[in-house]
Amino acid sequence: MTEKLKQRNQYKSIKNGVFYGIIGFLAAITLISLIVIVGYILINGLSHINWEFLSQEPRRMGKEGGIFSVIIGTIYITIVAMVIATPVGVAAAIYFNEYAKGGKVVSTIRFFTEILAGIPSIIFGLFGFAFFVVFLGMGWSVLSGGLTLSMMVLPTLVRATEESLKTVPMTYREGSLSLGASKWQTIIKVILPCCKSGILTGLILGIGRAVGETAAVMLTVGGSLKLPNTIFDSTRSMAVHLYMLASEGLSREKTYATAALLILMVLLINTAANFISRRLGN
Amino acid sequence: MQIKETIESLEKKFEVRDLNLFYGSFQALKNIDMDIYENKITALIGPSGCGKSTFLRTLNRMNDLINGVKIEGHITFDGKNIYGKDYDLIALRKKVGMVFQKPNPFPKSIYENIVYGPKIHGEKNRDVLDGIVERTLREVALWEEVKDRLHRPATGLSGGQQQRLCIARCLAVEPEVILMDEPTSALDPVATSKIEELLNTLSDKYTIVIVTHNMQQAGRVSDFTSFFLSGKVIESDKTEKIFSNPANKKTEDYITGRFG
Repeated sequence: MTEKLKQRNQYKSIKNGVFYGIIGFLAAITLISLIVIVGYILINGLSHINWEFLSQEPRRMGKEGGIFSVIIGTIYITIVAMVIATPVGVAAAIYFNEYAKGGKVVSTIRFFTEILAGIPSIIFGLFGFAFFVVFLGMGWSVLSGGLTLSMMVLPTLVRATEESLKTVPMTYREGSLSLGASKWQTIIKVILPCCKSGILTGLILGIGRAVGETAAVMLTVGGSLKLPNTIFDSTRSMAVHLYMLASEGLSREKTYATAALLILMVLLINTAANFISRRLGN
Repeated sequence: MQIKETIESLEKKFEVRDLNLFYGSFQALKNIDMDIYENKITALIGPSGCGKSTFLRTLNRMNDLINGVKIEGHITFDGKNIYGKDYDLIALRKKVGMVFQKPNPFPKSIYENIVYGPKIHGEKNRDVLDGIVERTLREVALWEEVKDRLHRPATGLSGGQQQRLCIARCLAVEPEVILMDEPTSALDPVATSKIEELLNTLSDKYTIVIVTHNMQQAGRVSDFTSFFLSGKVIESDKTEKIFSNPANKKTEDYITGRFG
């Protein structure tokens, strides 16, 4: 009897060990592949990032010079996209969570919002091209791209805001309303301040997607290497520039330098976001 | 006869007539008739689920927040039906404040919690706001404890202090009535007795309606008591009368602890 029990225990601990090994191995693959990719890009790219690269405009299609106008273009497009998407997304989340509790209309809208999140970006690009660029006559411009990207990041923003609205206790709403506050005052002065870090998280996720987007931007912003002056000018984002450099084989150095800078930018945004959201949380 | 005459001389703040309330198909309040007198403390007692909290929340229309609530009958406040079509809900809630079961200060500073109400009603003058903060905190006997940390988060206070802060926040909009939904049930005995002392001093200026689970508390603090059972008011009278000589057998059974 005890022999059997011992055997069973032994078998159990072997099984345990095997599973532990497999899980650990799979986790290691995730981590290692990430390190290898990021490391490879950084090793190849960092050494070519210098002041000249950052401050000069591209020459000869990007073969020489820097990527100053491209960096500015990227920031420009992202800002325009977020400026459009944030109020719309936050308002939609407030509507879903505070006003239209439940109901068929809301669940239908939510269903489509979720579908929106899964649509390939090239489809957004095609729509943006057909609608903003051609139909509305905005041409290839920061505005067309910003509008297209704002639709892409909307689901993320709505979801993140809604999740954080849900964590605000009902008692805060009751407390505010019982003092004679209107629903609107309650939302603006009590509920939204509680959601700062949640909304910010959504924003950062959105910015991450906007900064890295290639296909949709290429179709709506175009590929001009000139520094954009207004939102009606065409420009080029870093991701598009990277695609051009790589696919045309213009310059290996500049390609990796651009890629490395893109990674650093995303890292920087995420770190800043973490920092700010921790600050807001306290 | 003596008691009856004194009751009749009192000013009625609320008159509740034929009040029925449904949550969907469930009837939570049945034909409630009740008078609530000015500057008196009215206690609502009864076992869990008897409808006393629901009733309390009809007085400032807090039940409006819940989906599927249907209300019949009427409640007049200073002579006007608060469920009437044109009744100004915001004005009602400004005059009828509420303190909740669990202290619910906003995640803001002590100062910001108190000036929240006055600010939304349009008060901007810094000196006036400062005055309100000191006055209300003194009224709830919290001033000495917190005057050096008015701009620190309210969530750092103890439970009892938080509840007194919530009362101060409620007083800051200068209500005429304060509704209290088991305000001491989440507090320890020391904090509870402080709140009870506070109720006594507040009743000079305010009409108070308090829901309580604690019968001794009802006996200690209130002038009038209403006993609720399964959505009905079984008996309403002066507190001494209810506790010494209840008219109804069920009331007697409840206050002597035979059920509930």
